[in-house]
Amino acid sequence: MLTTAPTAVGDDAALALWVLHELHYRGFAGVDDGLEWEPTLLQVRGLLEADLERRLRGRWTPPQGLSFVDDALEWIDGQDGVSLARHVHRDADRDQVLDLLRVRSLYHLKESDPVSWLVPRLGVPAKAALMELQFDEYGNGDPNRLHHHLFATGMAAAGLEPSYDAHVDVVPLEVLEQNNTLSLFGLHRRLRGAALGHLAAFEATSSLPSRRMAEGLKRLDLPPEIIAYYAEHVEADAVHEQLAVRTIAAALLDEEPDLEADLWFGAFTCLDLEDRFARRMLDRWGVGEVAA
Amino acid sequence: MSEPGVAFEHPDVVLCPGGPMLLRGRHTVEDADGVPHETTRPVTAVCRCERSASFPWCDGTHKVLPPKLRPA
Ligand code: FES
Ligand SMILES: [Fe+2]
Ligand SMILES: [Fe+2]
Repeated sequence: MLTTAPTAVGDDAALALWVLHELHYRGFAGVDDGLEWEPTLLQVRGLLEADLERRLRGRWTPPQGLSFVDDALEWIDGQDGVSLARHVHRDADRDQVLDLLRVRSLYHLKESDPVSWLVPRLGVPAKAALMELQFDEYGNGDPNRLHHHLFATGMAAAGLEPSYDAHVDVVPLEVLEQNNTLSLFGLHRRLRGAALGHLAAFEATSSLPSRRMAEGLKRLDLPPEIIAYYAEHVEADAVHEQLAVRTIAAALLDEEPDLEADLWFGAFTCLDLEDRFARRMLDRWGVGEVAA
Repeated sequence: MSEPGVAFEHPDVVLCPGGPMLLRGRHTVEDADGVPHETTRPVTAVCRCERSASFPWCDGTHKVLPPKLRPA
């Protein structure tokens, strides 16, 4: 019986956790589907997750005297992390943009799926509110409009392999941690507050950056299909950010007011992980810092 | 709380302080030039600051406006 975290650290631990999480999504070709619930693997997953959660919580200080429903959007606006969208808008070259699309694909090709785990865990108003948002993410019933399919179509048009484990070998640690955090928040009912806080911050930092991404991709003559993915997010996320805070988080807190601290923890973690990711990518491209 | 028999609020129109108006369901929004625009999502954000580059839909531009230019 395993009682301490395996000795793997950094990239190896993050990759191991990513692989274990993937068994709960689409799995891997040639890997037994039954391993999803194999007790030893679940135990390893639990130890790696506990380590991840401890590190995430260690970086967070709760904001004082703010209400999530009234103040979260403004608070999120005030956290100026490093902006990759600004770099793509004006300065990035084509290789950097293709590199960014590849590493972003790990999440964008299963966009919204980790949030869908939450649906059965919420009361009626929060569940309906979350589905109102998720329905739009999944194309409102039209598979051609489903967001992760739009990204896959865009990748294929840009000459990139559009399957979500295709680029795992080229992603930096920060991308694995972003994905592992989404799965950690999604898979544990205990962390539903953090998952919905993460959702709010994710949606609230998307519209304006998506506009910059679309403009940058146009500047570099990337195909219309990938531009369309970002154009869709300009308008969709202007809606989603309002829903995530004003209807979903409000309904959650109505029923479970004790989850407010975890909403903030989730929102902070989303922004913190994105900032670390953005710094890593600029570093990898040899580019100086770009303000938010 | 989720009590059976209790009607939840689910308004067709929601005004977001400092931001857009949310519209639920299918509507036609006519802009200042009389051009009609159909909503396509279950919920649509209609720009109230009049500075959106996707007018009449909100594109988040209200967030970068000084407070006095933001809708009430
Ligand atoms: S209200 Fe959002 S851009 Fe005008
Ligand atoms: Fe989306
Ligand atoms: Fe969204």
